Amino acid sequence: MDRKTFLKGLVAASLAAATAAPAAAQDGEPIKIGEINHYKRMAAFAEPYKMGIEMAVEEINAEGGVLGRPLEFVFRDDQGEPGEAIRIAEELMTREETAMVTGSILSNVGLAIASLAGNREFVYLAAEPLADAVTWEQGNPWTFRLRASTYMQAAMLAEAAAETDAMTYATIAPNYAYGKDAVAAFKEVLTELKPGVEFVAEQWPALFNIDAGAEVQALERAKPDAIYNVTFGPDLAKFVREGNTRGLFEGRQVYGLLSGEPEYMEPLGAEAPEGWIVTGYPWYDFEGDANAEFVSAYRERWDDTPKIGSLVGYATALSIAAAIEKAGSTESDAIRQAFEGLAVDTPAGEITYREIDNQSTLGAWVGRTELRDGAGVMVDWSYKDGADYLPSDERVRELRPSE
Amino acid sequence: MGLFLAQLLTGLANAGALFMVASGLSLIFGVTRIVNFAHGSFYMLGAYVGYSLMQVLPGAVGFWGAIVLAGLIVGIIGALVEVLVLRQVYSAPELFQLVATFGVILVVQDLALMIWGPTDLLGPRAPGLEGIVRIMGEPVPQYDLALIAITPFVAIALWYLITRTRVGILVRAATQDREMVGALGVNQSLLFTGTFFLGCALAGLGGALQLPKGGADLLMDFTILAQVFVVVVIGGMGSLPGALLAAVLISVLNVFGVAYLPQSTLVLMYVVMVAVLMWRPFGLLGREEVAGELGQVGEPDRPVRPAGTAVRVLVAALLAVLAALPFWGGSFAVVLVTDILIFCLFAASLHFLLGQGGLVSFGHAAFFGGGAYVAALLVKYAGTPMELALILAPLGAGLVAIAIGWVALRATGVYFAMLTLAFAQLLWSLVFQWGDVTGGDDGLVGIWPARWASDNDVYFWLALVLSVGGILVLRHVAHAPFGYALRAARDNAPRAEAMGLDTKRIQHAAFAFAGMMAGVAGGLFVFSKGSVFPNEMEIARSFDALIVVFLGGVKTLSGGWVGGATFKGVEDLLVRFEYWRLALGLLIIVVVIVAPDGIVGGLRKLGERLGLLRPDEAPRGTAAPAAREPAE
Repeated sequence: MDRKTFLKGLVAASLAAATAAPAAAQDGEPIKIGEINHYKRMAAFAEPYKMGIEMAVEEINAEGGVLGRPLEFVFRDDQGEPGEAIRIAEELMTREETAMVTGSILSNVGLAIASLAGNREFVYLAAEPLADAVTWEQGNPWTFRLRASTYMQAAMLAEAAAETDAMTYATIAPNYAYGKDAVAAFKEVLTELKPGVEFVAEQWPALFNIDAGAEVQALERAKPDAIYNVTFGPDLAKFVREGNTRGLFEGRQVYGLLSGEPEYMEPLGAEAPEGWIVTGYPWYDFEGDANAEFVSAYRERWDDTPKIGSLVGYATALSIAAAIEKAGSTESDAIRQAFEGLAVDTPAGEITYREIDNQSTLGAWVGRTELRDGAGVMVDWSYKDGADYLPSDERVRELRPSE
Repeated sequence: MGLFLAQLLTGLANAGALFMVASGLSLIFGVTRIVNFAHGSFYMLGAYVGYSLMQVLPGAVGFWGAIVLAGLIVGIIGALVEVLVLRQVYSAPELFQLVATFGVILVVQDLALMIWGPTDLLGPRAPGLEGIVRIMGEPVPQYDLALIAITPFVAIALWYLITRTRVGILVRAATQDREMVGALGVNQSLLFTGTFFLGCALAGLGGALQLPKGGADLLMDFTILAQVFVVVVIGGMGSLPGALLAAVLISVLNVFGVAYLPQSTLVLMYVVMVAVLMWRPFGLLGREEVAGELGQVGEPDRPVRPAGTAVRVLVAALLAVLAALPFWGGSFAVVLVTDILIFCLFAASLHFLLGQGGLVSFGHAAFFGGGAYVAALLVKYAGTPMELALILAPLGAGLVAIAIGWVALRATGVYFAMLTLAFAQLLWSLVFQWGDVTGGDDGLVGIWPARWASDNDVYFWLALVLSVGGILVLRHVAHAPFGYALRAARDNAPRAEAMGLDTKRIQHAAFAFAGMMAGVAGGLFVFSKGSVFPNEMEIARSFDALIVVFLGGVKTLSGGWVGGATFKGVEDLLVRFEYWRLALGLLIIVVVIVAPDGIVGGLRKLGERLGLLRPDEAPRGTAAPAAREPAE
């Protein structure tokens, strides 16, 4: 009885799966793109990203679509699990017949999809994952990445740090791959630019489980000239509050990786730290350029302010449309070749997907934090082109063993 | 000296909220014997409700009023959950209720997202307590001092309630022997509801009290849960002074760990837990559980029978249909069913441990992930071919299980479960931390099957053979003398030992065997995904298996894989919808209420009632457990 019932269910489920098999794509049928993300587990980040994609798709389709066909994204939730993401990617590429796959915020999920893409030979655009390994150590010809990587953003902050007099540094970063990469890159670039600097303390709180009071005491004990912060989300809020309360930041320059992004800055409200040098997205101060146009269009469309994810999502859809247009077909290999060296006009300027490592040259904004009307903003910011913060070509070839 | 004192104070302040949440969990477990997985959700609700109240209530009175109100409201929600959900399943097998609490977690997650939105909320500061006090030159936040003052107050109030009031006497009596309390005419339902109210109120209070030190976010339910479990276990389950002691111990150790061993943040508390439990297997102030005290709630297990010829023929036919899936199913169906098969073997291996051995493991993912990592590391560093890696994966997982079982089997019941959890976490943090070898969070990628098996269809057949084969082996072992001995050790250890069975050794062997079978699943998993990440070892994966085993039915032979297949299949369908967690959570709760014997047990009963199945001939319900096994 038990087995029979189970198998019946299984047969029924499989039949349902089989009958839902798609018809072959014809002219005028939409070009489908698979988008896998952690819509529930990281809703605060995934939602603005999705809204950016949807806005771009509406614009693209209003102008006639891609190759004369409408562009359509298939959004799927992977629960933040690499194993689930793999299965969904397989489903998208086989049953949904998507032309390529994009998505993920978490680096481990991104790496899992990238590995599958390399094996099954379909194109994966890692939009948000920051891990350097996506394009370097674990890079493969089928995986491209849009955002400025951990290394690039850390290098931007290290450059800013090298210009100050601070000689002793303490670092605080979540105890996992991203945190470690971010600290290693910062150390590498800063020591190169300013050989005398010393790192006097390294703190590694557990991700999303920071003991902020203890971390602040430990940093204070090291008496550094400057602090490099990689914590984010709820950890950042707790760290900033304890640090402010206990006076950790007084008389110290703090560098915050991603701390200026609206996703992290807005929840802090009036308690946002002042005077930190951060990478982020100062959407509130754009004037008269493509960035400003994007911001006003976004606010009009969604009645909400943009986050960095909105820009990334928007640029993701633009990149994909450009690649397929250039490829002239939806064949995987044609799209892959089109992506190599592809130039795309984004609100942040023209970016190129480098042929050497499939990394785009999208940059980031670096500025100083300040309070304005009870909210943290970036001032004195400038846009740093990602192309200027990548290692030499020889080094990249070393880092990228697969090619 | 000043710094030392300041660090001590930080630790004590952290202990406050932790103690409140932990004491609530401990209280609930002590009286109702429910391991409340949803306790972290009540903590999260406390933070959110407290935050919302603080937005409307003004000033210092409003702030503290909001905290108290948050506790009360969360307590009421907890009492509602008890009445609506848990009360329906008190007669179910031991620990079955934790499945229902797991459903509650999912429901609360989606409801909180709906009500409060995805953005993290920064908690307001306590009015009048924003600043710092300098103690021996070191800054100490005023709110920390307030927390240090409040905690003893709550602890003393609890102590008074438990030791000096009639309610407390009843609660203590129920902790020691709830059947007797019931027999003496105490209204147990009221007592249980009251305990749930109090326990959840404490969790809510803890959540609201930590607002000025952080805030409310959607991930805090799980982040606190592991910590709270550790505190409750170290202190001794059911012991309030133990919870206080353990909360202080863990919090203070954490602070010094952060200062002097910054990399230790992931492992420290698990190391402490293992050390304490090896020294005192029932926690610092816990009471040794009298054998059989928990008893087998609900009706006793039925004897296991090998399947009849008709069933065997039917299963063989259906397996043949399944094996032909690549010819009639879509290409994605093959991928999905491969995933399901692997998960079924994983669930079946835990089910063997639980159902046949009566050993509830909260850390079974250690062996699934362990097998996966053994295979992946072998491929990565030794260039091992897939075939050999698939053989060595279960051996590696089995070795890990032998080592863990050697320590964990010193304890029994929930303490055993907690030790397995601690070891699984230790292993997880080893993999997570040791980035040079394991790739850490970035995992090991590019582990693909051998050329002959690289096609999805071929790999499906491989998974089918190994998974179904593994499940059949597990079944066979249950019918072998070893299975009988294992059930004897489960049902009545003293009698089994009197008959000359070395029960510990039998359980150890069963633990290693189950670990090995999970390792087979782990090995299959790596090659089907091409990569492995620490996720495959984390608590959530252990819970996945645990939930499906209970959902399928512990007291049946097929519960493990039926639960696994149903759960995975339903999940794959539901995840396509926006509020899938809410739907899945509600579905789990409904299944728990409708079928307290699990899916298989429920269907069997239904079949008997409709006359489709013949009830067992063995005497039911009245016989002593050891007498239930009929001779073959």
